[in-house]
Amino acid sequence: MNITKLTAHEIRDGYKNKAFTVKDVVEAFYKNIDEKDGDIKAYITLCKDNALKEADEKQSIIDGAISNGTFDELPLLYAIPIAIKDNMNTLGVKTTCASKMLENFVSPYDATVIKKIKEEGAIILGKVNMDEFAMGGSCENSAFFATKNPYDLTRVPGGSSGGSSAAVAGDLAPIALGSDTGGSIREPASLCGIVGLKPTYGLVSRYGLVAFASSLDQIGPMSKDVKDAAILLNAIVGHDEMDSTSANIEKKDYTKALINDVKGIRIGIPKEFYGEGLQEEVRVALEKAKDKYKELGAEIVEVSLPFTKYALPTYYVLACAEASSNLGRFDGIRYGYRTQNYESLKDIYKNSRSEGFGKEVKRRILLGTYVLSAGYYDAYYKKAQKVRTAIKEGFDKVFTECDVILTPTCPTTAWKIGAKTENPLEMYLMDLYTVPVNIAGIPGISIPCGKDNDGMPIGMQLLAKHFNEEVLLRTAYTYEMNKEV
Amino acid sequence: MEYEVIIGLEVHAELSTKTKIYCGCTTEFGGDPNTHCCPVCTGMPGALPVLNEKVVEYAVKAGLATDCKITKNSKQDRKNYFYPDTPRAYQISQFDLPLCVGGGFDITLKDGSTKHIGITRIHIEDDAGKLNHDSYTGGTLVDLNRAGVPLIEIVSEPDMRSAEEAVAYVEKLKGILEYIGVSDCKMQEGSLRADVNLSLRPVGQEKFGTRTETKNLNSFRAIEHSINYEIQRQKEVLEAGGEIFQETRRWDELEGKGFVMRSKEDADDYRYFPEPDLMPIKLTDEYIANIKENLPELPEVRKQRYIQELNLPEYDAGIITTSKALSDFFEDASKECGNPKAVSNWIMTDIIRIARENDIDYKDLPFTAKRFASLIKLIDSGTISNSIGKKVFEEMISENKEPDEIVKEKGLMQISDESAIKEVVDRIVAANPQSIADYKAGKDRALGFLVGQCMKELKGKGNPQIINKLVLEHLQ
Repeated sequence: MNITKLTAHEIRDGYKNKAFTVKDVVEAFYKNIDEKDGDIKAYITLCKDNALKEADEKQSIIDGAISNGTFDELPLLYAIPIAIKDNMNTLGVKTTCASKMLENFVSPYDATVIKKIKEEGAIILGKVNMDEFAMGGSCENSAFFATKNPYDLTRVPGGSSGGSSAAVAGDLAPIALGSDTGGSIREPASLCGIVGLKPTYGLVSRYGLVAFASSLDQIGPMSKDVKDAAILLNAIVGHDEMDSTSANIEKKDYTKALINDVKGIRIGIPKEFYGEGLQEEVRVALEKAKDKYKELGAEIVEVSLPFTKYALPTYYVLACAEASSNLGRFDGIRYGYRTQNYESLKDIYKNSRSEGFGKEVKRRILLGTYVLSAGYYDAYYKKAQKVRTAIKEGFDKVFTECDVILTPTCPTTAWKIGAKTENPLEMYLMDLYTVPVNIAGIPGISIPCGKDNDGMPIGMQLLAKHFNEEVLLRTAYTYEMNKEV
Repeated sequence: MEYEVIIGLEVHAELSTKTKIYCGCTTEFGGDPNTHCCPVCTGMPGALPVLNEKVVEYAVKAGLATDCKITKNSKQDRKNYFYPDTPRAYQISQFDLPLCVGGGFDITLKDGSTKHIGITRIHIEDDAGKLNHDSYTGGTLVDLNRAGVPLIEIVSEPDMRSAEEAVAYVEKLKGILEYIGVSDCKMQEGSLRADVNLSLRPVGQEKFGTRTETKNLNSFRAIEHSINYEIQRQKEVLEAGGEIFQETRRWDELEGKGFVMRSKEDADDYRYFPEPDLMPIKLTDEYIANIKENLPELPEVRKQRYIQELNLPEYDAGIITTSKALSDFFEDASKECGNPKAVSNWIMTDIIRIARENDIDYKDLPFTAKRFASLIKLIDSGTISNSIGKKVFEEMISENKEPDEIVKEKGLMQISDESAIKEVVDRIVAANPQSIADYKAGKDRALGFLVGQCMKELKGKGNPQIINKLVLEHLQ
């Protein structure tokens, strides 16, 4: 048996059946990392010593629980290895955001999600690569190295959570946490053929997630199947007093939504998501998925989201404005990179930031600074806020006509490394189908739905109303159970 | 040319909440550098602010006490700028929807006249850290203990016309904040500080002149001196045909001089935008009404009570109620000795003088209200005379002892024994026949002379009424 190919729930079954020990599992993943990560390059930091220590401790707890018949009471993530995107603070471990700015920054505290998965008993294998400060869609904007797509090492794994998607797809971790500001969980999940869920804004605490765009950022699960996504989601949701934007709603058990049945569910097809720029194989795969749902008893309805074409410019105004402010704290004063080359305070700021940030980060800080500047605020930021409201209302209206929206996740499958790096606009277009979701704050999931002629995975995206993750999980799960791939 | 002075003030008051505005760290003053800190107030990556609800309550209190309207749907905004004392590189403040708007109150001037000063707005924000110059390394050290201490900024209308008005405004405002208990207003610790916006315009002109802003004045003296300096400076520039530039200035109280900090061209564009990490502040009518109902007695109300119930002169009542500490002292001492009029007289003369001479706040007077009341009781009961009372007062401060102890130890008890006094009076009168003749010739001054001589003989301890009575008996 190849342990590293298993899902989290399968690993749990193995623990219960004594098929293998926690140490077997942890060592298997590190062995795979040793063998394959030199090529894939998903991990920035490994937490091997601690993981092996925890493996032994946790095995004795499991042994005890099995012998007294209480194994089923252990949390579902107990002794499950996990990879963490390197923008979530982990006490005592480096949190670099894949930036030279934070290359040596060791977190003084745990993010709320990290606290939660530690309480569940998950074992952190390491911190994984990303586009610098989560800005990008290909993982090429990492200051350290580009991560490769495990399906084809000449292609990108998507981004910004490209280290997370490559780790899961490359069997270097069974599950991972990613963060999604404009598609950064769903797009890499799609390009790497895995499941990625961006929860409703406010469902998961952002405390300890290094902020890119505060009003859009959300942490979510990335996994090999829908069930694992539900299990990991269960572990990280919940109101957090440390995050004012975290929703104070009753906690649900998302595994209960894993029902293999879509009869009566109305699936909306928004024509604006199937237009120009969509790769033919992706269009065909989505067509087949739609037919499959129909066959399974779902009702297919044509819907329209007319403001979709304004989503990208709106996103780049809002996200960059917030980022320009959020990244101000990286000033070379208290922590992080400080230039060697200064004679004045102004030099410290200017040179530390010029030398410490990469090109894309600087581009977005400049864009954001510009749109917030005196005299431009109304034309850009204020107008974008108005469009944001219109986009939200557009979704609200459509969700009176359907329960779930089905779209492609990304217009294309994974492209060649370097193919879009010279043209940021072309890169930004890859976010076309994912950014409206963050703007509206609604949940979205990407699941695999076939492959293109080169064997690269295709992903489809399902969207639902605020805090309606159950219907997403159910619809996704039913497809997963019934697909013919 | 005659110029009219236009002054508006921005007063920053640190709120006396136990914890900081966006985290659970203590707001206590002092402490070793960077010990009252956490990931939130040091601006660590990923840390998020959570609003301390007490801050909103205190700001609403301040708004209601200064007759402001409370904004029911308010929000917080980021003010972006780089400075080492500002760990996130933005201050969380309020831009276009401050918690309180459009209030004001009357100030009383030395000539007894009153004037209304308008308040434009009051908003909440977080304080910055402190930069300490390190003479050993020549570098600058950052202490973030103060970073995140809650502030309210109270912005006045440009209604003041002189240093006296500005000082009276800050005194009154300080009093109000102390009364409602939202700030300890310790100016020397920087928990109350003022920025002065000042411009001149030719008398009769409607358009304002260009203003300058002098920042961070933390004593009444500094406010007064810097205003007078800046008036003079602007006048000289204008009279020499020069131009006033919009600039931020710094005041050096020791040198008695103001300096340019930065000109308008160097001013930051703060790029305000709504703080996405915090939810809008929504207040209900009930919430506001509840705070209003529970406001303590305000200075104006106290002042009227003193005038009407205790018959204090309006000026005295106004001065005493300006400071809550002084007014509380007045009430406690009056209750203890039963003679508010006497307490008021002592406050208006000796107690205010003592506080000014020693530059101490009224809450730090070197004696308690109870101790002071016992001094009044000694006088009222005739145990000591008023003039001995003044002596005892000074010793009460210098020796830090109870008045009756001082009186006992030094034998300062008043002599009211008629026979003992009569003996002295007889002797003095007998020795001064000329004075008797003078008195009989209509020179009233002679009476005073004789009484004075007797008092001198009695070392000031004789009961003046009795001496007076006995001397008069001789003369008639």
